[in-house]
Amino acid sequence: MKLLRYLKKYSVKAALAPLLKLLECFVDLAIPILTAKIIDTGLGTGDTLYIIRGCALMVLLGLAGLAVSVAGQYFSAVAAVGVSSELRRAAFAHIRSLDASARQTLGSSTIITRLTGDISQVQAGLNLFLRLFMRSPFIVFGSVFMAFSINRRLAIVFAFVVPVLAAVVFGIMRATTPLYRVTQAKLDSVVKVTRSTLSGMRVIRAFCREDDEVARIYEASDKLKDAQAHAGIISALSTPLSGAVINAATVAVLYFGALEFSVGGITSGEVVALVNYMSQIFIELVKFANLIVQVTRAAASAGRIASLFDVRPQLLYPAEESAGLLDSQKVAVRFEHVGFKYPGAGAESLSDISFSVRHGDAVGIIGGTGSGKTSLVSLIPRFFDASSGDVYLFGEPIKEIPRQKLRSLAGIVPQKPLLFSGTVRSNLLWGVSGICPPEEVDDELLWKALECAQAAGFVRDLPGGLDGVVEQGGRNFSGGQRQRLTIARAMVRALLALRAGQPFILILDDSASALDFVTESALRRELAKLRGKVTTFIVSQRVASVRSSDLILVLDDGRLVGAGKHDELLSTCPVYREIYESQYSGGEAGA
Amino acid sequence: MPKSSRKTLFRALFRLKKYRHSIIAVLILAAAGVATQLAAPILAGRAIDAMVAGSLGVPEGVIFALSLYGTAAAINALCGWASQAVSVRICARAACDLRGEAVAKLKTLPLGYLDARQSGEIVSRITVDIETFSDGLLLFFTQFFSGIMTIFGTLGFMLATNLPVGLTVALVTPLSLFSASFISRRSYRFFRAQNDARGALFGYVTEFVEGADVVEAFAYESQAGARFDELDKLYSEASVKATFFSSLTNPVTRFVNGVVYAGVTLAGALTPGMTVGSLSCFLSYASQYTKPFNEISGVIAELQNAAACAARVFELLDAEDEPPESEDAKTLVPDGSVQFENVSFSYNPETPLIKSLSIDIKPGMRVAIVGPTGCGKTTLINLLLRFYDVGSGKIKASGEDIRSVTRRSLRRAFGMVPQDTWLIPGTIRENIAYGRPDATDEEIRAAAKAAFAESFIKRLPNGYDTVVGDDGAGLSAGQKQLLCIARVMLANPPMLILDEATSNIDTRTELKVQKAISELTKGRTSIIVAHRLSTIRDADLILVMRDGQIIERGKHEELLEKDGFYAKLYGSQFEKIG
Repeated sequence: MKLLRYLKKYSVKAALAPLLKLLECFVDLAIPILTAKIIDTGLGTGDTLYIIRGCALMVLLGLAGLAVSVAGQYFSAVAAVGVSSELRRAAFAHIRSLDASARQTLGSSTIITRLTGDISQVQAGLNLFLRLFMRSPFIVFGSVFMAFSINRRLAIVFAFVVPVLAAVVFGIMRATTPLYRVTQAKLDSVVKVTRSTLSGMRVIRAFCREDDEVARIYEASDKLKDAQAHAGIISALSTPLSGAVINAATVAVLYFGALEFSVGGITSGEVVALVNYMSQIFIELVKFANLIVQVTRAAASAGRIASLFDVRPQLLYPAEESAGLLDSQKVAVRFEHVGFKYPGAGAESLSDISFSVRHGDAVGIIGGTGSGKTSLVSLIPRFFDASSGDVYLFGEPIKEIPRQKLRSLAGIVPQKPLLFSGTVRSNLLWGVSGICPPEEVDDELLWKALECAQAAGFVRDLPGGLDGVVEQGGRNFSGGQRQRLTIARAMVRALLALRAGQPFILILDDSASALDFVTESALRRELAKLRGKVTTFIVSQRVASVRSSDLILVLDDGRLVGAGKHDELLSTCPVYREIYESQYSGGEAGA
Repeated sequence: MPKSSRKTLFRALFRLKKYRHSIIAVLILAAAGVATQLAAPILAGRAIDAMVAGSLGVPEGVIFALSLYGTAAAINALCGWASQAVSVRICARAACDLRGEAVAKLKTLPLGYLDARQSGEIVSRITVDIETFSDGLLLFFTQFFSGIMTIFGTLGFMLATNLPVGLTVALVTPLSLFSASFISRRSYRFFRAQNDARGALFGYVTEFVEGADVVEAFAYESQAGARFDELDKLYSEASVKATFFSSLTNPVTRFVNGVVYAGVTLAGALTPGMTVGSLSCFLSYASQYTKPFNEISGVIAELQNAAACAARVFELLDAEDEPPESEDAKTLVPDGSVQFENVSFSYNPETPLIKSLSIDIKPGMRVAIVGPTGCGKTTLINLLLRFYDVGSGKIKASGEDIRSVTRRSLRRAFGMVPQDTWLIPGTIRENIAYGRPDATDEEIRAAAKAAFAESFIKRLPNGYDTVVGDDGAGLSAGQKQLLCIARVMLANPPMLILDEATSNIDTRTELKVQKAISELTKGRTSIIVAHRLSTIRDADLILVMRDGQIIERGKHEELLEKDGFYAKLYGSQFEKIG
């Protein structure tokens, strides 16, 4: 198990926990012997003092047991939580080191479950394991050992009982595990059909299909009921069957005990002690079965977490030292016969794309839904590598630019405006660290970025202004406001790059779609001021957003079908003309 | 337990009356189980006494006691299994009944109820809440009664046979109760703190992972790590406390049990004339004495939880239904005419939305409704299909008040392409045939072609047999919308409602779909809600809505000439482009 190294830091505590719990076992094993002594010596001879001392010793032993056990539980909790925390940090750090392609092969919901549910499962399993893995077997085998030390012949009953009982308990567990898995799957399907029905209620009613949809849920619900009843009836066997085994063994102990007693091979107190050991075995074996279930589950989770670590970053970056200064005089972005396929996808999303962009130019990218616009711009900050062909930034092959350098070179405003919980300031300062320390960014620059993104107005009205609160996902802002804040966030980096005299590529991936026309045209005017200093890419479905660009790239089904200025394209590119006409037909408009 | 949860529990238990025979059986079986379980130590004690008193060999008395012991043990095992099995069945069925009722309720709940709540919340009521309730119920059946019977049986037996031993146990009892409730209350508090810390940490992880592309684009990885470590530390601290405290239950219980055990040994051994067998019997009782206390306190905690869940389910069941259809509701025979007569409506009483609105739609007319977001366009459709009922006034179809015809025949008369593109989890084929499950492959293909969906369907891995996920995963918003259009094309209804049907399609594709739609609407009464005004220029009637009122009505040219709100709206879209 590769994950074992996370135990290292807590190895002392992890070792102490079971050892302390082991000490408690001695107390548990001593009690029946002590009772036997009290019965044989105290009760037999009527020695009151002996009885009182014996009982006092029992309480003292109990206290001692309590003390070591509490200490054991404590170390176990600290070790289990500590190890899981180490694991979680390591896993999170690993996720941070992954690139978009690697993340996409995992999927975000998988990553989230690994980091949360699975690690919690490991924590619970480890905790139980540290507490019980020594205790339960020790009590079971200790009881058998004690039985042997009392009377060899009677102890044979014990030697038989342990494997039989284990077979019963584990046998039923094995039989029910798949049944419970089935039950869980049935429950999942009830959840799934119910959710789907609820979300489509309007359509379902409009098409008068309520009865069919409800029948689907009934069917799933009925299957769940049957699965539950089936699993329940089998697992209900566990306690009565193992109880029966123990009771049968007790009968055997008493019978053979009576036989031994009559020849003076055993005292009555010892027979009582044997009966007591028998019930201790029962209790611990049931606990042990539970432990196995939990540990198996935890081991499965641990395996899934380990597989998380197996996913390596798929893009390799050169070491930071090799960073030369990029020549801003050179062509900012150049694609040479670039083809691109998403990891795991069947067909290419982009094929044979070639173009080049001078530094400081404004580039517009237009095309229908699914034409490959987003794929194209996500190759510029190297979220993915091209599957064929080459991408160059400022004359350098993109694969030879170090990661940090690349990040400070390009800023992208994604389609989905995503903000993070914190303040407006903390969101704006996101990722500034690669360029300069965040505390060196003055408010003036932040306001300038906000103004540029048409966000200054509402931020000023915010209680707290720049320090106004942003809730998770930015849900306390409207869609348009979120878009403007994400634009401002990228703008901060563009302004910093300008101030430092470094080249910068700003990419807006259809990120002004929720803005009304006044705001959008004001934003366009602001972006136009950056011309000549910052290379901008604007992805849009609207001709209006791109028509004044220095270069318009027209995409259709993953191919570059036109590249040029608006007027040229109108006459040379049929797809562009069609798009234009669909929006301007007869000199009139749709939005 | 608070009064309200007790009330809920009684209601939940009362619902089980159809299972009363099974429940009585469970109670009898549980009683038999407890009786045989309590009998076992007595019989073992008898055997030991007979052994002590006997001579050579195994005395008769031992054999007699042991055979009784064996019988008791056998009965105990059988009763234990039977009562557990019957309880499991009762609970699974009760859960299924409850689920069935809740699901049936979905058919009759007004859409307003569903719209006002998150669907995930209702789903969790129908699934998670009912499961938790059923789990609680199962514990109640299997552990509560037998636990109480065991406690009273043990105490009663001890008090009756040996007063000093009985009194010793009775005196230590409060200690068991106190320690059980002390630990559970404390751990509850620590668990709450742990859950809060976990919520914060897991929330951060979710936020980070879902926004990972942005994180990467902005090279924010290192800062994210620092924040994560901070939250992780808080969670770990809370978690150690909660884990440690809750794990005290076992050692403390064992200690209390040890005290009971020592007390019984002392009181028993000091009793004059105490036999070894009786003492061993008392000791067996003592060693298991605290177990039922723990179980009962566990059951009560679970029951509180179960009651809270049951209350949420009952809240759903008790919600008011849609007004029922009258006995003599007719079947609508659509002739294509629709009238709104002085219709008023509001979603909540404080903010009236639609006020005395009248529209007269003649058969075959193409009516477009335009206006800014929130002006009530979609509401009109909700009223027309009776997803909501009018506050006052009347809506007529074919001259009949739509409240006097069956909902089914009313909805069958309209085909709708809704704003939200919902697809069933199934194949493309099933989705297109949703309104007409008996359609042939040719008809399905023709509808797909007419909706311009055929070209992308062909490119899917399995064509028409491609399974689309719950949320239409794998399809773009535009493709989903094309499927919704194909669905209506196939259903071929007498009247049409298009609610922003092309909002997610790019303008070039829209031009094509628009052709298909005009083909579809030809000669058919159709109501088109649109925000791209270019798509409705050739409507027979354009209704311009603002704040729930129709402020302008007429044809495109007339409205432009009027130079009112429509002209302004139209101009703004034009300017947006220019």
